Amino acid sequence: MAGIKSYGAYIPYHRLSRSEFAKAWGGIGLPGERAVASADEDSLTMAVEAAFDCTKGMDGAKLDGLFFATTTSPYKEKQCSTIIASVLDMDKEIRTGDFTTSLRSGTTALRAALDAVRAGPAKNIVVTAADCRIGFPYSTQEQSYGDGAASLLVGDSDIIAEVEDCYSVSDELTDVWRRDSDQFVREWEDRWVIMHGYSKNVSQAVSTIMKRNNLSAKDLAKAVIYGPDPRSHGGLMRRLGFDPQTQVQDTFFNAVGNTGSASALMMLVAALEEAKPGDRLIFSSYGDGADAFLLRVTEQIEKVRDRRGAKTHLASKAMLPSYGKYLVARNLVELPPAAGLRGMGSATVMWRTKNWVLSCHASKCRKCGLVTYPPQRVCYGCQSKDEFDEVNLSREQGKLFTYSLDNLAATGINPPVIQSVVEFEGGARFYCMMTDADPQAVEVNMPLEMTFRKIHEFANFHNYFWKCRPPREIPAEGGK
Amino acid sequence: MAESIKDRVAIIGMGCTNFGELWDKSAGDLMVEAAYEAFEDAGIEPKDVQAAWVGTCHEFSGMAGLGLSVPLRLQYKPVTRVENLCATGSDALRNACYAVAAGIYDIALALGCEKLKDSGFSGLGGAMVGGTNVRPSMTAPGAFAMMATKYFARYGLSAEEGKRMLAHIPVKSHHNGSLNPKAHFQREVTLEQVINAPIIAWPLGLFDCCGVSDGSAAAIVVRAEDAKHFRPDPVYVKALQICVGPGEGIARTEYDYTHVEETYRAGLAAYAEAGIKNPRQEISMAEVHDCFSITEAVIMEDLQFSPRGRVKEDLEAGTFTLEGDLPIQPDGGLKCFGHPIGASGLRMMYEMYKQLQGKAGPRQIKDPKIGLTHNMGGQPPACTVSCLIVGL
Repeated sequence: MAGIKSYGAYIPYHRLSRSEFAKAWGGIGLPGERAVASADEDSLTMAVEAAFDCTKGMDGAKLDGLFFATTTSPYKEKQCSTIIASVLDMDKEIRTGDFTTSLRSGTTALRAALDAVRAGPAKNIVVTAADCRIGFPYSTQEQSYGDGAASLLVGDSDIIAEVEDCYSVSDELTDVWRRDSDQFVREWEDRWVIMHGYSKNVSQAVSTIMKRNNLSAKDLAKAVIYGPDPRSHGGLMRRLGFDPQTQVQDTFFNAVGNTGSASALMMLVAALEEAKPGDRLIFSSYGDGADAFLLRVTEQIEKVRDRRGAKTHLASKAMLPSYGKYLVARNLVELPPAAGLRGMGSATVMWRTKNWVLSCHASKCRKCGLVTYPPQRVCYGCQSKDEFDEVNLSREQGKLFTYSLDNLAATGINPPVIQSVVEFEGGARFYCMMTDADPQAVEVNMPLEMTFRKIHEFANFHNYFWKCRPPREIPAEGGK
Repeated sequence: MAESIKDRVAIIGMGCTNFGELWDKSAGDLMVEAAYEAFEDAGIEPKDVQAAWVGTCHEFSGMAGLGLSVPLRLQYKPVTRVENLCATGSDALRNACYAVAAGIYDIALALGCEKLKDSGFSGLGGAMVGGTNVRPSMTAPGAFAMMATKYFARYGLSAEEGKRMLAHIPVKSHHNGSLNPKAHFQREVTLEQVINAPIIAWPLGLFDCCGVSDGSAAAIVVRAEDAKHFRPDPVYVKALQICVGPGEGIARTEYDYTHVEETYRAGLAAYAEAGIKNPRQEISMAEVHDCFSITEAVIMEDLQFSPRGRVKEDLEAGTFTLEGDLPIQPDGGLKCFGHPIGASGLRMMYEMYKQLQGKAGPRQIKDPKIGLTHNMGGQPPACTVSCLIVGL
């Protein structure tokens, strides 16, 4: 039986109150706030975060495949799932795939993963979806969209949620789109989009799967159904007969915003966080048609309660102070070029250093045990040559040995650049930048973890690398 | 059996341009000025130079030996370009001295030059570490400020106490620079100005950082036994040491970020070569690599001028002022000259040379016997350091 084995999510650290849009443009802001990915984040890095959360405690080498879903791929030509798989330290003999251009691509990837596990030798496939769509300046979408990611592990053992049934419907309408040259999302008249796109397709998918399983609304613990906005979502839930107080999974519209292809999956993650063994969930997403899934939660759910999921990421946050900071974070304005920043980009360098640039490998000397990052052929400790094993530092906990707040190197959303020397519990030292931190709160010995970020685009491709950050956690009582 | 360089080579002429934002001068212009002052000082003609070493760090200051031979119109002589980061100028001098000591040449020219102000940026630019695609966003202030953070934490100084301790360093250097017509900055600053200056890389403020400038300096070297044929007061080389680290501080948790092992070891080697037993007592003066105030503070401890962790006492006592027991940066240092990388080591040597000859004007130190120059390139976990000693 194929099903879901684990879940994870990622919501960027920064949020923007929607009242800031009204301050910038006039008019009235929508209620709540939205999540805003930092300038060093994109859909790939957010998908990495969610996948790490989902596969916590697991060995990357035991995973058989990775599917990445997004409508905002950092590449038009080049697969991103191969990069994500490298960051997760997965083997080469795996299946990878990018599912793109549809809001439904997250559940399309999920269904493809379920089919792959049912059909063949693949036993563990990571599905990770992320989006950071941009609405036109001064539009409602600018406020209603949010950035985030969610991930599910699909397999055939240790299932936390069995997939009892799946149903898909394909429907052609040009309701929400971007051409290959468009930066901002376009939409046709919303009344038609909701009536003949969203409501019709999701109704058909949900009704069909309930009918053929002889279920009525009261048989389900929760309806986990994508919603582009609270009004359309609430109306559809009422018509399908779900109790808004007890049965309807929140869309996170007010706290995160519409995260596109990740939205439905993030809702499912949140539902699983609260689910009890035996619960049955109806799960559905929309985009160029609809997908629906019938799930039954198992006893195994208790084994994955340590994920950060939606809950911890929601609580761990800092508010952006202004609309201007949003423009910077989403690369919507051109900033003065980074002063004196001279770097190189080279595809061959990236290729031969991917074991440490992407997979975060250090060398561990077989003679003296010294762990060094990046890997060294000649040991710093005992000078023995080519006598080392590679070890992975990406999920190690560390603390700050020393730092500076560099205004000269500052670029992007958060000057100053926090130059950091991290020391891991295992003894290695890592020289990097810190992200998602308040510079005034930085102090020697503070706890840190690693996060995979976009560094620069020299040579016109994306160069990703590791930064450190304070651990994402639910703030203690009395914290901000 | 390896032998010491001590008293085998002498400097018989030196030149040094004004340092500053020399928009109207090319690297070649600066080289001509420094070299011709040195020729005149030594009483030689350009054609007397048998071989030359030119130190430049950036490609826009000139590549290969051609960077020097073309502007000086050296006539088909052996010229070698030297690059060793901030120790570049000192290493050019070291190579020239070795060739003369070896008896291959009688008269050699060592010249350092850097034209930083054509880069469009007030700073050195991001350093590239080891040919990787990543980690380019490190600046020199950002890297050295991490030493200050750790120094404060290790010795229990609050940020305010630490910044006040460091502020003594630029105050002293700016005073010395105010007495030097060749310096880029010739104004005094106060402790409060230093402490309250805008932050460049916390905890370092504007006056904790050296300037960015253009400049060039040059030296003519001959064998010691020939020196007095040229002038009555040659300056003799006592030690020439370069120490290049394996970079282990980047990776090893043993490295404390409050000292620079390369400086400590270069000092040990130079003292041994020069026969110096007690540096604090025997060194009359020094020009050290004060790219940042914290760098100079740590150098004082690494060169054994101050006990480990206790440079604060010497800074507060004024030990390193012109009137103190051990004047440091008598010409104003990198702080007032800026750091045209290839030129700095020879600019430092120019001050030691003039001081030893008693020609330092209002900055003249009383009766100096031994001078030390120190350069440090790279960043604290991975450095190339020079330590040169000269004397009468």
